[in-house]
Amino acid sequence: MSKNPFPLDKQGLLEAYRTMRTIREFEERVHNEFAKGDIPGFVHLYAGEEASGTGIMMHLNDRDRIASTHRGHGHCIAKGVDVKEMMGEIYGKAMGSCRGKGGSMHIADLSKGMMGANGILGAGAPLACGAALAAKFRGDGGVGISFVGDGASNQGMFLESLNLAAVWNLPAIFVVENNGYAESTSRDYAVAVDSYVDRAAGFGLPGVTVDGTDFFAVYEAAGEIIKRAREGGGPALLECKMIRFFGHFEGDQQTYRGKGEVEHIRANQDCIRLFADKVMDAGVIKKPELDVIDKEIARLIEDAVVAAKAAPLPTAKDLMTDVYVTY
Amino acid sequence: MARKISMRQALNEALDQEMARDPTVFVMGEDIVGGMGGDGEKDAWGGVLGVTKGLYSKYGDRLLDTPLSESAYIGAAVGAAACGMRPVAELMFIDFMGVCFDEIFNQAAKFKYMFGGKAETPVVIRTMIGGGFRAAAQHSQVLTPLFTHIPGLKVVVPSNAYDAKGLLIQSIRDNDPVIFCEHKNLYGLEMDVPQESYAIPFGEANVVREGKHVTIVTYGMMVHRAMDAAAQLAKDKVECEVIDLRTLSPIDWDTVLESVENTGRLVCVDEAHPRCSIASDVSAKVSQEAFKALKAGIQMVTSPHTPVPFSPSLEDIYLPSADKIAGAVRKTMAN
Ligand SMILES: Cc1ncc(C[n+]2csc(CCOP(=O)(O)OP(=O)(O)O)c2C)c(N)n1
Repeated sequence: MSKNPFPLDKQGLLEAYRTMRTIREFEERVHNEFAKGDIPGFVHLYAGEEASGTGIMMHLNDRDRIASTHRGHGHCIAKGVDVKEMMGEIYGKAMGSCRGKGGSMHIADLSKGMMGANGILGAGAPLACGAALAAKFRGDGGVGISFVGDGASNQGMFLESLNLAAVWNLPAIFVVENNGYAESTSRDYAVAVDSYVDRAAGFGLPGVTVDGTDFFAVYEAAGEIIKRAREGGGPALLECKMIRFFGHFEGDQQTYRGKGEVEHIRANQDCIRLFADKVMDAGVIKKPELDVIDKEIARLIEDAVVAAKAAPLPTAKDLMTDVYVTY
Repeated sequence: MARKISMRQALNEALDQEMARDPTVFVMGEDIVGGMGGDGEKDAWGGVLGVTKGLYSKYGDRLLDTPLSESAYIGAAVGAAACGMRPVAELMFIDFMGVCFDEIFNQAAKFKYMFGGKAETPVVIRTMIGGGFRAAAQHSQVLTPLFTHIPGLKVVVPSNAYDAKGLLIQSIRDNDPVIFCEHKNLYGLEMDVPQESYAIPFGEANVVREGKHVTIVTYGMMVHRAMDAAAQLAKDKVECEVIDLRTLSPIDWDTVLESVENTGRLVCVDEAHPRCSIASDVSAKVSQEAFKALKAGIQMVTSPHTPVPFSPSLEDIYLPSADKIAGAVRKTMAN
């Protein structure tokens, strides 16, 4: 047995792999089912970005809160939301995590510290400040983490949140998942500075940029930032440079992307393949061990889809629940 | 010359003709060109629904993709308008208004009055409204009553391609800020639209069907539901008069009141929530001004007082349907 050069033991490495593979399989399957016309609504897929959500969430427990984006499936899975309930939600079924009322863009499970995917860009940042403030009041060592894309990082509420978190020294962490595009608009066009680290500095926050396709880079950077925040060291910004495998939303033809761009990144910058190659090259994990996990996940996702499709839809009596109505 | 085009094409044509006519008109919004700064096509999208597609190749810099910063670019549109330009800003979904309320409610809407008439803000904010797309609570709202409530704003909701073109041209020429609301369900709907430029004045409702028994007052997508209901009721010899308000602010009270004077019965249909809605507004006005003409209590058909649900099974019962409208008409007829 060769020596393990990684910051995680073998069990941890397998867990990281399992989470990333679960997200990928979930997303590929949703992509295919959507193409068949079986899934209603707007769906934004996280495939290609797995190392980011996974590398960060592995440092968190249920007491830590995250506020996600419209591209929230990966964050949900990494934060421990039940995959079957998620699939049910995407199909609009009563057994879904939000009883069919939210859909892909609003999956949430507060018991897991998942404050919701969000259809309003930038809205997660102040919410995470609130989570951080609550943790600070309680003194429980929890953190609040928000995710934004490169596009949403231009929102006023995001920038205001950086300042607020700095002023109150909140255990808040702002993750910019920079996949190079906001819908069809490239980051280089829409973000005036080259580095998010400079932007963070402008608000008095430390910032760090990592290669978001490198699980270990994300894991280590997030680990330091989160530890510091837990110990009262205050907020920070983490930029993960990464890649979106699919279109902005399902159905997007992506003509704004360069020719061969997607094929190239899939072949060369697949964060899961890079991870698997690394752990296998180091001789810490053998291919058959990963294959076992792949098989288990394939079954998990298949079961989730079968269950979601078979489940009943919510009915009229569910329409007026969960809201204060006097009319 | 008229030819059949969709509401999407009609809106594009209105923007094109006004940009050609008036060099102070410019268009901005998220992805309204699409592909800026990337390696692919530059004019890839023309907005998420393709309404502005092709304008970039004609007008270049007068089409501005914006960063994802609604309060900044809507505010900039208001500022530019106050300085003599005529911006048309696209705000993808009306649900995102929350991010730039101040710029609309406190700036655009108030300048003219607050500055004693010394400023005008001829800005048009084009935005998308409505349910039926399984787009869930944050992408399906109508919210038109909210804007109608604010003095200083004009609120326009076309229900078809012909009106869309004429009302958008009027909106661009109008000197007040206009919230121009396009229903997601109507973009593909085709009808005869003249190629020539024309403007439809604000505050002139359209009687889309004449009838003597009941007046149905509505706007936007619900005009089509009301027409379906009217066709259904006609089989039972109930003749509905259907009024498409077209503009909610200003509003054409004369047409509404005159119709109710003739029919004596009113059903107000609004895709928005019931409280403080266009339906409740019209109901109140008619009770005040035409009480004596009423033969039965006014009926309102709206969405329920809940956020818009995602699940298809829930959204379908959530939205006002032709059946619900017909039911309301039958109820007034029973009185
Ligand atoms: C306030 C608001 N404005 C606009 C939108 C429409 N919209 C949804 S996703 C998106 C682009 C997001 O880009 P980015 O933040 O980079 O995230 P990515 O999709 O790349 O993950 C836009 C413009 C929205 N949902 N909310």
